[in-house]
Amino acid sequence: MSGGELVVIGNGMVGQRFVDALRARDPQGTWRVTVLAEEGRPAYDRVRLSAYFDGVSESELNLHTPHDGVRLRLGEPATAVDRNRQVVTTAVGEYRYDALVLATGSYAFVPPVAGTELPGVFVYRTLDDLAAIRAYARGRRVGAVIGGGLLGLEAANALRLLGLSTDVVEFAPRLMPVQVDQAGGAMLRRYVDELGVRTHLGVATTAIRPGPDGGVAALELSDGTALDAELVVVAAGIRPRDQLARDAGLPLGPRGGVLVDATCRTADERIWAVGECAAVDGTCHGLVAPGYATAEVVADRLVGGAATFPGADTATKLKLLGVDVASFGDAHGTTEGCLDVTFTDPATRVYAKLVLSDDAHTLLGGVLVGDASAYPTLRASVGGPLPAAPLALLAPDGGGADAGALPAAAQVCSCNAVTRGDVDAAIADGCADVPALKSCTRAGTSCGSCVPMLKQLLDAAGVAQSSALCEHFDVSRRELFEIVRVRGIRTFSRLVTEHGRGRGCDICKPVVASILASLGSGHVLDGEQASLQDTNDHFLANLQRDGSYSVVPRIPGGEITPEKLIVIGEVARDFQLYTKITGGQRIDLFGARVEQLPQIWRRLVDAGFESGHAYGKALRTVKSCVGETWCRYGVQDSVGLAVALELRYRGLRAPHKLKSAVSGCARECAEARSKDFGIIATETGWNLYVGGNGGFRPRHADLFATDLSTDALIRLIDRFLIYYIRTADRLQRTAGWIEAMDGGLDHLRSVIVDDSLGLCEDLDAAMARHVSSYSDEWRDVLDDPDRLRRYTSFVNAPDVPDPSITFTRERGQPVPVRDQSPTGSEPTNGHRRQPVTLGLPEVRR
Amino acid sequence: MTQTLTLTWTTVCLLDRLEPDRGVAALVDGVQIALFRTADELFAIDNRDPVSGAYVLSRGIVGSRGGAPTVASPLHKQVYDLRSGHCLDLPGVAVARHDARCRDGLVEVRLRQEG
Ligand code: SRM
Ligand SMILES: Cc1cc2nc3c(=O)[nH]c(=O)nc-3n(C[C@H](O)[C@H](O)[C@H](O)COP(=O)(O)OP(=O)(O)OC[C@H]3O[C@@H](n4cnc5c(N)ncnc54)[C@H](O)[C@@H]3O)c2cc1C
Ligand code: SF4
Ligand code: FES
Repeated sequence: MSGGELVVIGNGMVGQRFVDALRARDPQGTWRVTVLAEEGRPAYDRVRLSAYFDGVSESELNLHTPHDGVRLRLGEPATAVDRNRQVVTTAVGEYRYDALVLATGSYAFVPPVAGTELPGVFVYRTLDDLAAIRAYARGRRVGAVIGGGLLGLEAANALRLLGLSTDVVEFAPRLMPVQVDQAGGAMLRRYVDELGVRTHLGVATTAIRPGPDGGVAALELSDGTALDAELVVVAAGIRPRDQLARDAGLPLGPRGGVLVDATCRTADERIWAVGECAAVDGTCHGLVAPGYATAEVVADRLVGGAATFPGADTATKLKLLGVDVASFGDAHGTTEGCLDVTFTDPATRVYAKLVLSDDAHTLLGGVLVGDASAYPTLRASVGGPLPAAPLALLAPDGGGADAGALPAAAQVCSCNAVTRGDVDAAIADGCADVPALKSCTRAGTSCGSCVPMLKQLLDAAGVAQSSALCEHFDVSRRELFEIVRVRGIRTFSRLVTEHGRGRGCDICKPVVASILASLGSGHVLDGEQASLQDTNDHFLANLQRDGSYSVVPRIPGGEITPEKLIVIGEVARDFQLYTKITGGQRIDLFGARVEQLPQIWRRLVDAGFESGHAYGKALRTVKSCVGETWCRYGVQDSVGLAVALELRYRGLRAPHKLKSAVSGCARECAEARSKDFGIIATETGWNLYVGGNGGFRPRHADLFATDLSTDALIRLIDRFLIYYIRTADRLQRTAGWIEAMDGGLDHLRSVIVDDSLGLCEDLDAAMARHVSSYSDEWRDVLDDPDRLRRYTSFVNAPDVPDPSITFTRERGQPVPVRDQSPTGSEPTNGHRRQPVTLGLPEVRR
Repeated sequence: MTQTLTLTWTTVCLLDRLEPDRGVAALVDGVQIALFRTADELFAIDNRDPVSGAYVLSRGIVGSRGGAPTVASPLHKQVYDLRSGHCLDLPGVAVARHDARCRDGLVEVRLRQEG
């Protein structure tokens, strides 16, 4: 088969992956593709569906990429397949096919008990389901989930997050019966209890009962008891959507699903099935990794390849608010003669089991509850020798699970079927860090659980992940910070003599200046420190392209009185400065010459302004929306909090600039989720988001803690900021810092919420020192003749202004006159401007 | 701006006015000079950043690369060897250098035409 009309039914995770894989293999577009989708939105990440309740937006879950030669018909489900005419029918038309791919996925199984049709009973499968659950949960107090498997626990957690008190009813005698054994289930239950979710094991739901308003009100259980439930989620399993194939007379698997062979082809040579609807050699797989494997097989076959289904990796890892659960390989020990090695620690609440072959040499599978850090390595070792002694692997923080011991054939990234051999080959081809490996092998780009292994493999290959700051220091910024802090070093010369070499440079000097400033070493222009500063910090203003500077006074939270606005206007007028409202809710005054800076500050400081630190790697602005004071939707005083935060953290020097925002309600007009730390008001407090970034690589901040009181919020931000300042790399924003952190957000939580490193007292004290020692850098210069001396045009001609700085007027304001273009040709467009060029110049930072 | 060639030394300022490892701008016969004082030497180069055309080199960070004393342009961080004026990041780019010395606690500069 080679080209023609291809129809794909279903645009779920696997349907989408299939189209991507086919397009990658068929760049000429010999197949014209039509995708029929039942849902009204293109493919999204169903695996991360629950993140919707953490505030992750629909667009972040999107998986769809448009391709040439592929048309996507949203909201147009296939209703029949006519194999004789080779036509698929929908409500609005017919589509002829030369090849047909079924990718219809599964539906949620709803057990046949009375009352499942009542208002308030939901399944948990699509974004629409979740939106409906969220809407219905409003104002309700108690919910229940039928089913205590992977999906049921995710749903229970979702109900919790929606503020419902939640019960889980599971027919089996333990939670997650498919993945976990009895002892693991018991450990898991203790965690779930602790979250306040009540579990009812070994009982069935016999009926769902309505209340007086006709909506669901209670569950009746097989043990005769009843549970209050104003909202019910049924998560009792899934069934393949095989109706179209059934109606078209195609054979099905023994337990349903479209029967296909190892090439993923049905009995009809023109029809294929992929993902959850396919029964490959009779077995359906309810996970995305085997689904992706089927997509790759069919894409390969359609361009004449000979791929076959490689067998399924049924490993699963679940994360429910800090509880790790993982299961892989022969987790239940069904292999003849196998051995179990188990490890239970009630104190740390860790349970682990390894299933080994009868000679104890080969790893067959395992279960981990409470600590799944060994999961990536163990999963990759299934079928091969143990990478270390069992106890070393299982004991928490045993650190024994090193990917370096894996054989080449071991699958490192199962989401994307990447083996250690593939990773090693990529490293040999020159991939020298995790981002390079990600883009070259796709490993680590889906669930991310294999990223730690990618690092280990880089280490094992001897790729030095150099952390040297520059030629003068062999250590990273983080290590340098510790050296300075612990040794109490206060000068660059001592630091470079004792711990480095040479005279420093434009990389290490500002880093050390920032470290010294973070550790509270006086004014940034004191003594030798002055020579370390970048020109912006050296002149406490921002250098512009023509050698002039801009001045940005702080306007906390963007709130300003008319009197102060008038002062800014007058200063700008008197010094003839170009004036612009910035993206940070304040006002930037451009075109000041060095010698004018102190005069401008004088006027501003006298009117009650202070430095806005627009020049520093420091706190910039805390944006606010107008909030409860005026806005009809606001639920808290967002301006008040923004002002308080900006005043608290002003002047705080950091590895890179810091930005924040506070929104008064979930409409988020302050764009808090694009900030390093963003705060969104809730009915009862504040939600804190961390690690957001606009700029070059935008990233939405992650929800870190919910419904905090103002005090609790400030304590968390204090710790977050100091921990960032101490441990981040040079010029690493909080977004990159969190992404690079081993253990990510959970690690951060354990350090600054649970105090796992015992650091919190120290972090709190460091912030207290900062807050109490803050003083305005501009005023300090104005008060000191020695420092003022620096603000001069020429050392031997202080009365002569820099003759190279000249202005012309544009739209009523002064702007720099540019140099003549290098070729000497006069610009022709009447302006002295050069045309805007697209593309970024190479700028070394 | 026309450059005049001077062969004489011009007194610029007291040595004390120069902070170690930091520059100042000076005007010598209408030419903008960037003057630097390192631990043991004085250097003078044109203040004009040849890449951007702005008169800013005196405000760059002073340091070393390998054995060479350097200054980095504060605009886009190209690094120049203070002894030769050669840009160490962009082959073929250089900035004019001048002579600088200290006499009786006074800093003196002599403009030079690069040959
Ligand atoms: C003035 C302003 C543009 C404006 O006219 O609105 C501005 C101007 C500059 N930005 Fe910006 N940014 C301004 C808001 C932003 C914003 C929007 C915001 O803060 O809400 C962003 C995206 C948000 C973010 O940072 O995540 C932004 C992302 C950047 C970046 C990219 C950072 C990144 O993480 O990728 C740079 C480059 C850098 O810092 O390395 C940058 C760098 C700069 C510099 C410092 C470039 C430079 O080195 O000369 C500009 C200095 C202007 C000056 O001399 O005063 N600016 N810049 C805004 C000043 C806000 C303020 O009041 O302090
Ligand atoms: C909450 C949740 C959590 C999960 N967590 C994990 C996890 O942690 N790990 C894991 O591996 N897997 C997980 N899964 C399972 C994973 O999402 C599925 O394995 C995967 O989505 C299967 O992809 P698919 O394309 O086969 O089916 P789906 O993604 O379900 O897509 C099928 C699509 O076909 C459409 N369709 C059906 N019939 C028609 C028709 N007649 N015409 C047109 N379109 C049709 C459907 O509307 C649907 O959009 C989870 C699933 C859920 C619901
Ligand atoms: S977007 Fe670029 S040009 Fe515009 S202000 Fe920011 S840094 Fe300058
Ligand atoms: S295992 Fe999921 S991304 Fe690699």
